[in-house]
Order: sequence, then structure tokens, then C-alpha cells
Amino acid sequence: MTKRIGKNDIIFLAVIIIFAVVFSIILKIVFLKQGDRVDISVDGKLYGSYSLDTDTEVDIVNHNGTVTNVLIIKNHTADMVEATCPDKLCIKQKAISKDNESIVCLPNKVIATVTSNTKSDIDVISQ
Amino acid sequence: MKNKIAYWGVFLALALVCSYVEALIPISFGIPGVKLGLTNIVVILMMYSVGEKDALLVSVLRIILAGFLFGNAFSIIYSLAGGMLSYIVMLLLKKTNKFKILSVSVSGGISHNIGQLIIAALIVENYNILYYIPALIISGIITGFIIGILSGEIVLRIGNRFKL
Repeated sequence: MTKRIGKNDIIFLAVIIIFAVVFSIILKIVFLKQGDRVDISVDGKLYGSYSLDTDTEVDIVNHNGTVTNVLIIKNHTADMVEATCPDKLCIKQKAISKDNESIVCLPNKVIATVTSNTKSDIDVISQ
Repeated sequence: MKNKIAYWGVFLALALVCSYVEALIPISFGIPGVKLGLTNIVVILMMYSVGEKDALLVSVLRIILAGFLFGNAFSIIYSLAGGMLSYIVMLLLKKTNKFKILSVSVSGGISHNIGQLIIAALIVENYNILYYIPALIISGIITGFIIGILSGEIVLRIGNRFKL
């Protein structure tokens, strides 16, 4: 056994795992800030930006004029409740409220992302 | 020299087969871009048995060839960034002579993911994807651990047969 794993390896692996866990916890705290708005984009183009403070129901209409998805904003969270796509994956995705969270509906090319008015702390990390 | 060229060919073929097998079985870890890294077995085996420079050569050739066969220009850039960073980190760790293959492989797995992510962040100019770093470090630890155990066993059993 001594040939396969040594004392140094155990220390090394432990340090790396602890580092990874601590790092991910720090990132979680930094990133998971409450968002202010939800930006909806259809086919890569910005469809509209809605404040999370006001409860609304957004019908997302594609270029053909048909309603493809319905997004409901309630209690500072946005959730996709209706979609025309067959798999309905976007409805199964959990409601979003934190900064940078998103719901993606690939068949209809609809992306809803939560953004915040204040700049995220990400710039500090990427330095 | 003749022996070396033969070894390069054999190991390059082996690495390409590993790439092919990996492209065939879609082992998904839930995060896009996370792969097992089977070819790292070949790189580690070469590092420990044939030679460090030979491992680098085969690694680069493997990435370029596999990119042409199974991927595209972008996948070559990504793989090259990950492959080179992980090679450098693994070499430095091996040179210290304090660590066994398992640690070397884990460090290689992590640095491979980080190298790819840095290039991805530069290419799409979206630094938000650095958010994936913790997930990629953890997946690098897991895949590096599996590959480390496998290549450790291989080096122990047949590693000394390739000495030139």
C-alpha cells in the first residue's frame, strides 16, 4: 500500500478538498444575492425587462405572434408556468429570484435571467 | 531513437482510442464539459515510464488529432489549454518527488478544468462563467481520483517495461 498513497498525498488531497468546499461556499454567498429584475430574451434578442417587485404575468410572444411561454412574477420570484415545447423542461426548472439565476427554454429560444441593479462582486473574483 | 518512435506511435494510438471511447460514451456529470479524462491515463503512464517530454509530445499530438477527428477548432483550443496547464502542474508536482500518482492525477484533473474555463472565459468574454470554478474543481478532484487510481495500478504493474 505504501507504494500507492503516502502521507503527503493524504495531506494534499485533504487541503484541496477543503479549499474547494470553502471556495464554493464563499462563491455561493457572493453570488446568491437577491436580484432586482428579470430579463427575458427571445432568440438572443432582449424581449423585455420586468421588475421583480411588481407581480405580473408575462406572455412571451415569438416572431410569428404566437404565445410560446408564460412567465409569472410573484413574491419576488419568477417562474415559467406555461410553454408550448413538448418536453416542458422550463416549467420543471425551479423558480428564480437570485442574481444570475436563469430559466432556459431551448426549443422556443427563450431565456429568462435575473439581474440586479447593483454591480455584482464578480469583478473582484476575476482579477 | 527507433524504440522511442515506436513508443510514441503506440501511445498516441492508445490515447486516440481513449479519446474515441470517451466520445462514444456520454458520461454526464450534470455539468457541460465535464469528462472523465481517460487519456490522462496515457499521459501519466508515459510521464512515469517512458519520459516526461515524450508525454508532452503525445499529449499535444493527441489533442490536435482528436480535435480534427471528433471535434472542431474550438475544441482543440480548449483541450490544448486544459492539457498544457494540467501537464505543467502534474510535471511540477511529480518533480517534487513528494507525491504519488494519485495526487499528481488529481492536480492534473483540476488544472485541466481550470485551464479550459480560463480559455472559455477569454473567448466568450463573459467572466460570469468563472462561477463554475467550484463545480469544476470538485469534478476535477473526482475524475482525477478515478484516473489516478487506474493509472497508479497500471504504472505499478507494467510501468517498468517501457524503460528505454
